[in-house]
This record gives sequence, structure tokens and C-alpha cells, in this order.
Amino acid sequence: MATTTHDERMKGQGAGGPSGDTKRQGSRSLGDVSVNTAAHFVLIVWSVIVVVPFVWALLASVKTTDEIFTEPWSLPGEAQWSNFESAWNWEDGFGQYLLNTIIVVSGGVVLTMLLGSMVAYVLARYTFPGNRVVFYLFAAGMMFPVFLAIVPLFFVVDRLGMLSTYHGLILVYVAYSLPFTVFFMHAFFRTLPTSVAEAALIDGASHSGVFFRVMMPMAKPGLLSIGIFNVLGQWNQFVLPQFLSPDRPMLAQAIASLLSNQRYRADWGTVFGFLTLAMIPVIVVYLIFYRQIQSGLTSGTLK
Amino acid sequence: MQHGKYRFIAGFLAVPLGLYSVFVIWPFLQTFFYSFTNWTGLSPEFEYVGFQNFELLWDDTVFRHALRNNIVLLIGLPVLTVFIALLFAFLLNVGGSGAGVRSIRGHGSYKLAFFLPQVLSVPVIALVWLAIFRSTPDGLANSALGAFGLGPYGWLADPAMALYCLLWVLIWGSVGFYLVLFNAAISSVPRDLFEAAFIDGAGRASTFFRVTMPLLWDTIQTSWVYLAILALDGYALVLIMTIGPGNPDSSTQVMALQIAQAGFENGKAGYASAMGVVMFLLTLVVAATLLRLTRRERIEY
Repeated sequence: MATTTHDERMKGQGAGGPSGDTKRQGSRSLGDVSVNTAAHFVLIVWSVIVVVPFVWALLASVKTTDEIFTEPWSLPGEAQWSNFESAWNWEDGFGQYLLNTIIVVSGGVVLTMLLGSMVAYVLARYTFPGNRVVFYLFAAGMMFPVFLAIVPLFFVVDRLGMLSTYHGLILVYVAYSLPFTVFFMHAFFRTLPTSVAEAALIDGASHSGVFFRVMMPMAKPGLLSIGIFNVLGQWNQFVLPQFLSPDRPMLAQAIASLLSNQRYRADWGTVFGFLTLAMIPVIVVYLIFYRQIQSGLTSGTLK
Repeated sequence: MQHGKYRFIAGFLAVPLGLYSVFVIWPFLQTFFYSFTNWTGLSPEFEYVGFQNFELLWDDTVFRHALRNNIVLLIGLPVLTVFIALLFAFLLNVGGSGAGVRSIRGHGSYKLAFFLPQVLSVPVIALVWLAIFRSTPDGLANSALGAFGLGPYGWLADPAMALYCLLWVLIWGSVGFYLVLFNAAISSVPRDLFEAAFIDGAGRASTFFRVTMPLLWDTIQTSWVYLAILALDGYALVLIMTIGPGNPDSSTQVMALQIAQAGFENGKAGYASAMGVVMFLLTLVVAATLLRLTRRERIEY
């Protein structure tokens, strides 16, 4: 059992310890103790490998470029708070990139949730000719990489005059988020009891009235999971805005272009300052809501 | 009543289906259409050229590099990520001390740490690792390994290593997500099953391979698919992290980068579409292979 030689290679440690222990199981109790120790050892090593790069990046944001690269392991001599200032004022300004991202993601997520639930509900609860076709049409969208269609997509958006516009990017985000949202909500609506909706229909409620007033409130847990999934997915979206919104960059794009801009000018302090500004809010939200985020992101995949 | 029902269905489907058709289905179909043309993308005119683009692709050595690299990622990323994530999920659930089967202490904190890369965007991750993989002796990775007398390595500047650096970053970023996914699946398996195996004298390793893995087979199958799609992209990592991008010596070329360069920089939209078609075929082959390889009886419990 090769206990992930990867992480050990990264840390440059011998593979003898953990893998040796897991194999041998002499007496049960002794074996148990060593398995437990080995398990902790492996898991701690991986935690360090995951967390250290981020901590290092946070520290780098208050270092000078020289310190970042010639003394990578040392603490900053004198905190360079000016890194944040130059990062905040870079090009359009951090605030502008943040605003762009917030506008597009909030529009995108609200519309994705609404339209995705509508499709999912109709497909899950009504029989009509073509139901399966529509379902598989959306399901197929989860299978193929965006890159397959990126060139024609660019020209579609261009011809509609929607390049580098908020509404253009919102509509594209929605279209590409629909497959997974439909798939997930479809499964969710199927698990909800039918009796309440039927009673409401008999009482004279309209089909759409039942959807908005009865089914959507019942679907709240599902909406929360897929909502988290979409917020993170659209917030971190890079490929779509990179090609479709070159003149109105989102945060993820700004990081990439700041880097290609500073790479040879070598002002890495600003780069890491910007990175930290972008990273901190996400990490804070993650630390507060990590249970919901973890289950939201994974529950859809489990269905 | 029936009439009202169909009106309602049509009303609910119209807008989403319209958006989906315009921005997803239509561009996908166009990819196939344009792959048989010499369209530049710069002007509206084009001519049909039959299979010429595909013949050119066959002789395009850079594209072959890209295809080869994508295949390396397609195999390496799912296999290693699933293996590491399963192992960690197993250690978390069964690695606890004491008699019988216990989950490990600090279970939640490990998950909290491992999952972190999942919430950050690819450019953030790419930038951090770009800085770590500096080829100078005082780079972070080199100075860490230097303490053990290893290196210095060229990392992204070394044609033999660069692709594996990218593979590492992809794995590093994915393990946490799949760990949490597998962990959720393992915790939905009744504990008695593990206890029973344990009492029957099965060791932890055989419990892992004989009990845990078969029970998780469905989830693992889904994971292959998602990881394969991830391996077919790789654009952002290559763009941000590699020299060129796509170099040294085309060692980090991927199809996504080739499509973007041909379609948007070199005025070869038709040619880029042909690459898109190859990517489509590769996706189908991968999906069919995965379904074949992973087809097993579903285990109910």
C-alpha cells in the first residue's frame, strides 16, 4: 500500500514510516496504536501541504519582491502595507473588479436558480411528449468541456453585441449553469411528496401558483445546496469571462492579467497584495459556512 | 385543464430552453459545421474545405503534443486523485484508535483544511504554485527540498517535469473535494458492515479494498467523469503557470490552449473548430471507456 508517495516526495521525507506501519499488524492493540499514529501522520502532512502555500501567499503580500524570492521562508522584515495600496489601485482598481464580479454573479445565480428550478420542476412532475429529450439535452451539457464550443460562442455573443457587458455575461453564465442545476433540482423535486401540490391544485391554485407558493418553499434545502454550488462556480469562473468579457474583467481574470503584466516588471508584492485581497473574503466565508459549503458542493455529485 | 397544463409547460420551458439553445447547443453544433471550413473568424466569408483541417491536424506536431499531454492528464488525474482521496477518506473513517472501527480524532479539521483549494479560483491557485515552483535555488519548493539535500529542480522550466507540476497542482486542488465526497458516501454505509468485516478478522487494508471500495463504486464512477472533464481543460493553469504558454518544448501544450490560440490569435477559427471536434471525440471515447471499465453490479445495503 503506497501511502501517497506524492506528499512525501513533496516534503522530501522517507516513505518508511507510515506505509510500513499500515502493513504490519502484529498484535491488534499495538497495531491499532500504530495505525492511528500513521493515519494522523499522513493526514497532517497533507494538511500542511494544502495550508502552507496559502499562509505563505498571505505573508508574501506584506513582503518586498526581494524578500519573497530570496528569503522565502523568513517573516517580512518590515510589513509592506503599501502592497495593498498599489494592488487596490491597479488599473481599473480592485473595487471595480469586485463590483463587476458581484453584479454578474448575483444576476447569474438568481436567474440560474429561477430558470433551472422551473425546467427541473416541469420535467420532474409533468408527463408530456419530449420530456425525456429535453432532460437528456440538458444532461448532455454536463458532459462536454466548454472549450469545445468557445470559438463559435465568442462569435454568437459578439453578433448579439454582448461582449464585455454585464447582461451578456450573466446570460452565458446562466446557460452554462443550467445543466447541473436542472439535473440536481430534478432529482430533488422527485423526492418531494405530491399530496400537497395536488391538494392545492384541487383548491383551484394555478400550475405556476403551485410552483411558486408550494413547491419552491418545500425545495429550500435543495435550493440552498445548488445555490452555494452556483455562487462558488460563477464567482471562480475564469474561462468564460476571459474570452467574452475582455474589457470588463472579473476578479479571477484580473489576477491573471495582473500577473502577466507584472511578471517581467517583477513587482510581486503588488501581485500577492491583490491575491490576498481577492482571497481573504472567500476564505472567511468558507471558514464560517464550511459545513454548508462542503455539503452543498458534494451533495449534487452524489445523486 | 389539459390545455392549461401544456401552456404552463411551454411557458416554463421557453426562456431557459431558448437561452440554452442560443449559448450552448448552437455553438456546439457550429463547431462541427465550421470544422469543415477555412473560416478565419476575422471576416464573414468562408469556404468548405472537406476534411482538410483534420488532415492538417494529423501533421500538426504541436497539436499532437497537446493531445498526448491531455491524455497523460486524463489518466493521471483521475487515478491518483481517486486513490489519494479514497485512502484519506478511509483513514478518516477507520483510522481511529481503540477497539473496532472508529473515525479519527480531528476528523472535521482535516476536512476543513483539505477542502480549502476547492473554494478558490484557478488563477489564485496557479499563481501561488507558480511562485512556489521557481527554478532558482532559493525558490520555495527548491529550498524546502534543499534542506534534505535534494535539487534544485527546474520545475516548470524543465520540459521533463513541467507537465507533472501541472498534474500535481490539479491533484492537490482536487483531493479535498473528492475526500469530502467519498467521506459522505462512507458515512452513509451502515457502520455494522465495517464492524462485521473487522470481527471476521479482516485487516484494515482488506476492509478497505473488499468492503469500502465496492460500496462506493457508484460515487467513484461519477468522480472519474468529473475528473476527466477537468483534465480536458487545464487552460487556466497552463496560461498562467507555464512559459510561453505551453512550453518549454511544447511540453505543457493542451488542446484547450491550442483552440484558444488558433481561434482567437491566429485567425484560424475553422481549424480551431476541428480541434474542438477532436476534443469531442476524445470525450466520447473517455466516457465510453469509463462506463465499460467501471460497470459493476450495484450493491444495495
